[in-house]
Amino acid sequence: MENTQVEQTVLLTKEDGVGVITLNRPHLFNAFNTQLNVDLLKAFKDVAKDPEVRAVVLTGAGKAFCSGQDLSDPAAIQVQGDSPSLGDSVRKRYNPLILAMTEMEKPIIAAVNGAAAGAGCSLALACDMRFVSDRAKFVEAFVRIGLAPDSGSSWFLPQLVGVGRAMELAMTGRDVGAEEAVQIGLANQLVPHDRLLEETLAFAKRLAQGPTRAIGLTKRAIYKAMDTDIAGALEYEAQVQEIAGKSKDFLEGIASFVEKRPPQYRGE
Amino acid sequence: MEYQSIQMSREGAIGRIQLYRPKVLNALNTGLISELVQALEAFDRDSTIRCILLTGGNRVFAAGADIGEMATATSAELMLSNQFADWDRLRRIKKPIVAAVVGYALGGGCELAMACDMIVAAENARFGQPEIDLGIIPGAGGTQRLTRAVGKARAMEIVLTGSPITAQEALHVGLVNRVVPVENVELEAMKLCQQIASKAPAAVQLAKESVLKSFDTTIADGLDYEQKLFYLLFSTEDQKEGMNAFVEKRKPHFQGK
Repeated sequence: MENTQVEQTVLLTKEDGVGVITLNRPHLFNAFNTQLNVDLLKAFKDVAKDPEVRAVVLTGAGKAFCSGQDLSDPAAIQVQGDSPSLGDSVRKRYNPLILAMTEMEKPIIAAVNGAAAGAGCSLALACDMRFVSDRAKFVEAFVRIGLAPDSGSSWFLPQLVGVGRAMELAMTGRDVGAEEAVQIGLANQLVPHDRLLEETLAFAKRLAQGPTRAIGLTKRAIYKAMDTDIAGALEYEAQVQEIAGKSKDFLEGIASFVEKRPPQYRGE
Repeated sequence: MEYQSIQMSREGAIGRIQLYRPKVLNALNTGLISELVQALEAFDRDSTIRCILLTGGNRVFAAGADIGEMATATSAELMLSNQFADWDRLRRIKKPIVAAVVGYALGGGCELAMACDMIVAAENARFGQPEIDLGIIPGAGGTQRLTRAVGKARAMEIVLTGSPITAQEALHVGLVNRVVPVENVELEAMKLCQQIASKAPAAVQLAKESVLKSFDTTIADGLDYEQKLFYLLFSTEDQKEGMNAFVEKRKPHFQGK
C-alpha cells in the first residue's frame, strides 16, 4: 500500500472548534489540479459533518492563496470526443465545490495570504468573509487568457462590489491589492502579513464559540435573500426563525440575558 | 391492525401516515402500498379525521419502487399480480392528502407524491421518474399526473431523460405548493392540513372531487358537474352556518353536518 508519490494537496487541522484547511501545493502557487479539487471538496464535506468544527478558515501554503486552474495539468481541459469541454470541467470539478461551501452551515473565512487568481479568486469569494494580508491580491484573471469568469465569480463579485466594478474587474483582469480590496468591499479586514493567520484564527475562534445553529441559519438566509424578492426573503426569515427558536442555544441566549451573564453556546 | 412498512398516528383532526422502510429509503414494495391504502381508507372512514398528512420522514420521501421485487418478473406475472390495484384504490380517497416531501421522491415515490392533493417540499427535495434508465416507463401515473401537473414539454424531459428536478424547479413548474427549509416541512404540511381541517368537511370533500373531475372531463361537463355539487352543498347545515357567520361577522363553527 506504499504510495509515497501521492501529493497531499490539502491539509486539515483542528484548533478550538476551528477547522483550518490549507491549500498545499506551494511550489505551484496552490494551483488546482484534479486532485486538489477532489481533496478540497472532501475537506469541506468533512468539516461540515464534524460537530467539533464550528467555524472554518481557508488559506494557502507558501506565497499564494490560490493561483487558479493549473494550466499544465492535462486534465485541465476535459476531452469529450474530439473537442474540449471546459463547461463540463467546470461543472464536474468546480461547481460542486462552490456549492458545498455555500451550503455548509458554518462560517468559512478566507485568510488570503497572497495572490488569489482566476478560480482561486472565485474560491476566496465563495468564502463567507475574507481577511487579507498586505501581500494579498485578487485577480479575475480569466479574461487574460481569453476566458470568462467561472466557479462563482460572476455571482459573488457583483454582490460584493456592485455591478459596475464587477464588470471592470472581470473585463480587465487587473490586480486588486489588499487595501483596495477592503475599500471596495471585496475583503473584510486587512492584517499585517505575518499576523494574518493568527488574527484570522482568533476571529474564527470567537465565531466558533457562538450559537452555531443561528450562525448557519444566518448564512442560509443571506444567500437565500440574494436570489429572492423581499416577500420571499421575509418568509424565509420566518422559516429560519422557526428553526432557530427551537435551538438549545436560543434558550441559553435568553437565560444568559435574563441572568446578566455571558452566554455559553454549545452549537446545539 | 399492525403495520410493518408504515406508521400511523393522529394529531387532532389530522391523520398522519409515515412511510417506514428506513433501511431501503422507503422503497415502495407491494406490502407497503397495500398497508398505505388500508391506512388511508381507515382515515377516510373515520369521521373525526378531516385531512391526511403523508410523509416519508425527515430524510427521504421514497426513492422508488422495490426493483428487486420486479427484476425477474415476466409481463404476464406482473399483469396477473394486479399490483396496481392498490394504486387505483388510492385515488378514491375522498379526504385531502398533503404530502410532505424531504429528499428523494423518485419513480414510484414521485408518483405517490403526485397522487396526493398537495405537496409541501423541502429545499433538498428531488422529483424524478428514472424508470427510463431501467428500460421501462413509469407505471403508476408518472406519465399521466406529471403531464397534467407540469405540461407536455417538461414532463417529456423528466420522463425521457430520467433526470430529477429540484424542489425550486418543481415549484416553478407547479408540481409542488411550497418549498420550505427541511426542518420545517412537516410543520408547514401540518399547518396546511389544519387549515383545511377547519373548513366544512362536506365542502372540502366535494371541492377535492370537483377539482379532480377537471382532469378527466370536458370543460362543459366539468362545469355542469361543479354546478350540481354546488347546489348539493346547500343541503348541509355547514353551509347555513358558514353564511350566517359571514353575515354576522363572526368565525364559523363547522360541524360536518
